[in-house]
Amino acid sequence: MTLLVHAPHAHVPMTVSQVMATVMLALAPATLYGFWLYGWPSIFLWTVAMGTALLAEAAAVWLQGRAAKPVLLDGSAALTAWLLAVSLPPFAPWWIAAIGSVFAVIIAKQVFGGLGQNVFNPAMAARVMLLISFPVEMTMWAAPMPITTSQAPGLLQGLAITFGSAHWDAMTSASLLGHVKTEFSRGVDLTASLPAHFAAVHGGLADAAWGKRSGSMGETGGLLLLAGGVFLIVRKVISWHAPVAMLLGVAAPALLAHAINPAHYLGVLPHLLSGGLMLAAFFIVTDPVTTPNTPAGMFVFGLLCGLLTWIIRSWGGYPEGVAFAVMFLNALTPIIDRYIKPRIYGRDRKGQSLQLDAKEGAK
Amino acid sequence: MNPFSGLFSSFRARGGVHPDGRKDLSAEPPIRALPMPERLFVPLQQHVGAAARLSVVVGDRVLKGQLIGASGGNISAPVHAPSSGRVTAIGDFPSPHPSGLPAATITIEPDGDERWIEPDVPDDPFSLSPEEIANRVGAAGIVGLGGATFPSAVKLNLSRKSGISTLIINGGECEPYLTCDDRLMRERAAGIVEGIRLIAHAAGASELLVGIEDNKPEAIAAMRQAAAGTDVQIRVVPAMYPMGWDKQMIQVLTGKEVPAEGRSAEIGVLVHNVATAWAVREAIRFGRPLVSRVVTVSGAAVVAPGNLDVPIGALAADLIRACGGLASDPRRIVLGGPMMGTQLPHLNVPMVKGASGLLALTGKEIGLPSPAPCIRCSSCVRACPVGLLPLEMVAHIRAADLSAAVGLGLKDCIGCGSCSYVCPAHIPLVHFFNYAKGELTALEKAKLRTDATRKLADTRNERMQRIVREREEAARQRAAKKAAAAKQKEPA
Repeated sequence: MTLLVHAPHAHVPMTVSQVMATVMLALAPATLYGFWLYGWPSIFLWTVAMGTALLAEAAAVWLQGRAAKPVLLDGSAALTAWLLAVSLPPFAPWWIAAIGSVFAVIIAKQVFGGLGQNVFNPAMAARVMLLISFPVEMTMWAAPMPITTSQAPGLLQGLAITFGSAHWDAMTSASLLGHVKTEFSRGVDLTASLPAHFAAVHGGLADAAWGKRSGSMGETGGLLLLAGGVFLIVRKVISWHAPVAMLLGVAAPALLAHAINPAHYLGVLPHLLSGGLMLAAFFIVTDPVTTPNTPAGMFVFGLLCGLLTWIIRSWGGYPEGVAFAVMFLNALTPIIDRYIKPRIYGRDRKGQSLQLDAKEGAK
Repeated sequence: MNPFSGLFSSFRARGGVHPDGRKDLSAEPPIRALPMPERLFVPLQQHVGAAARLSVVVGDRVLKGQLIGASGGNISAPVHAPSSGRVTAIGDFPSPHPSGLPAATITIEPDGDERWIEPDVPDDPFSLSPEEIANRVGAAGIVGLGGATFPSAVKLNLSRKSGISTLIINGGECEPYLTCDDRLMRERAAGIVEGIRLIAHAAGASELLVGIEDNKPEAIAAMRQAAAGTDVQIRVVPAMYPMGWDKQMIQVLTGKEVPAEGRSAEIGVLVHNVATAWAVREAIRFGRPLVSRVVTVSGAAVVAPGNLDVPIGALAADLIRACGGLASDPRRIVLGGPMMGTQLPHLNVPMVKGASGLLALTGKEIGLPSPAPCIRCSSCVRACPVGLLPLEMVAHIRAADLSAAVGLGLKDCIGCGSCSYVCPAHIPLVHFFNYAKGELTALEKAKLRTDATRKLADTRNERMQRIVREREEAARQRAAKKAAAAKQKEPA
């Protein structure tokens, strides 16, 4: 008995697992750089996030009475955990990563119906949950101490930081956006706080651009994330629309506001290379599941996401607004998809059949 | 691909995919004639429209090109004997359809003489009136040979009535593997050009364009040479699928868009395939009806792929045998191209007028994917040449919400398979759409039936009421008559 199959009888050599694997490949350079910058604790944190996510996915799928192996092999849980791990403070305790991964995979994804059904980006949903629930752990940033240098925590010390309760207060340092926000609340404006920040923890703006500063792994590897994103665009795994629009959405108001009041508004470069912007622009707002499905829709999504990020950063209570902006826009995705649709061949935008113009009709 | 292809055509195509062409498998060997099989199985239904009506009986001796099935209606096409011989059976035979369900078929045993009917050949084909050309094309049983199999004469008459200006000859051949049009253009360019001019004469077209994909440089050169000095213009279009979709070809060559609820003739354009142009020339110039066609036999499971000139009614197995047989057990036999062709149940089915290719594909070629969840990557949206949202349509069809799928443009879907081809989750999108279209047709039929039943019931009620009314009226009249009679009696 021949199984009846409909055309086409040819297929592009690409699978969902390969898409996920390509994204992870693009994420690898920034992550490895982060490992080098923050040493063993960051490696342990990443491992815990990955392991917990895979276990949680397997458990959820097992509860549904489905085979776990093909679901784990699609790579979506691993990618979610990876994205979450690089958005966490690298010295955060293990349970932050574990709770985050379980929340991302089970609450934010499987409860909605699994891969392709979730409304919110799982990694961002988990990050927002963690930030609201554990604000202290989520805002303790370690100063970068490359793994090759003497002050970097060793293997045992790293284990103690991630899994024990080792104090590492001496190594803390504020992230740029956090520092600026704190100084504002003390009445110190940018003309004073910014040079102080760079002088205190960094070798200046150049070092900051190369990521040798405190922040999450996804923040400090900004330029490497940009490179990874370009790689994904070239490989046609993602399109340029959402990333470019998001960067534009932050850069344009930053440029304008900074020109008007440089003491109060950060300039374009600190905005672009700080916080989760690069990670979000190339790896979060390009998540196909939770973003619009037309190029124009993607552009609108990215632009609004960028604008909202800049608004939260500039006027909000939190120093960073990427995760909030992404979740807000995720909720708007169905509406964007409803209003932005491609024009159907032979029809106008309203779906009516094209009218012949008088000349042609008369022939 | 030619990097300068964009320079040749002024208008861009929407969507589309670039599947692996695999045309090198069969493009080089010249067209060979298939050795005449022992039996030919000619189905009466090989075209869009009504089936042909049987006009022979078992035992009849027929000449090559003799009518064996007459046109069955306004939209239909006659069928002719592909070789001289004897009609040995008339009845059911497996059809070239995925189901292999039996269809009415005439079996002919060729006598090997290849004796043609006495042809009716005009001295100068161009002195024939347009109506006469259309009639002869219709009588020759010519249908769209690109795969659509719509009766060509109907299109010619329609175009003349609506007044077209541009004739586009589709040499796109965008389906992977297929090279039958490519070979035809390389080897029979002069005949095709004459066919084009005959079609233009019949349809009243003044602008004659031939669109050929840039992956067929030899065909382009041959056609350019044959068209030199005539008003036939050869236009190179970029290779992409589905460039051969007639509306895509119209858009790329003329920049005009056919209204969704209209026909191309309404914007002054008529589209025919190159193989159809060849068949028209054969019919008009030599009086030969359509009794054979060029078929590409290809696929990794075929020993010696190539193109065969095949009499209609030859079995798929005959073609495979003529191409050296099978090198390995094919995972799928396909009639047509891999993007839109239909799976065949076995090799014991006949070749019909619309058969452009016969493919024996290995598991490696078809990929044998199993579907995964949709990740909304919207590759399908970018690939759709029509501008639809395949992923959303499938979500509605899965939820049995057909009207929502129609609202998204289900009826505009051309079933080209671009979306299914690119889907990384291997979701059989086109399968869903065709299922939904079938359901819609069934619903519409059911609605028509209910409407008809209601109408009948209403008419009956009305009739019954009328009868009752008439009876009452008659009774009243009788009573009145009686009363009048009684009155008349009274004074007496």
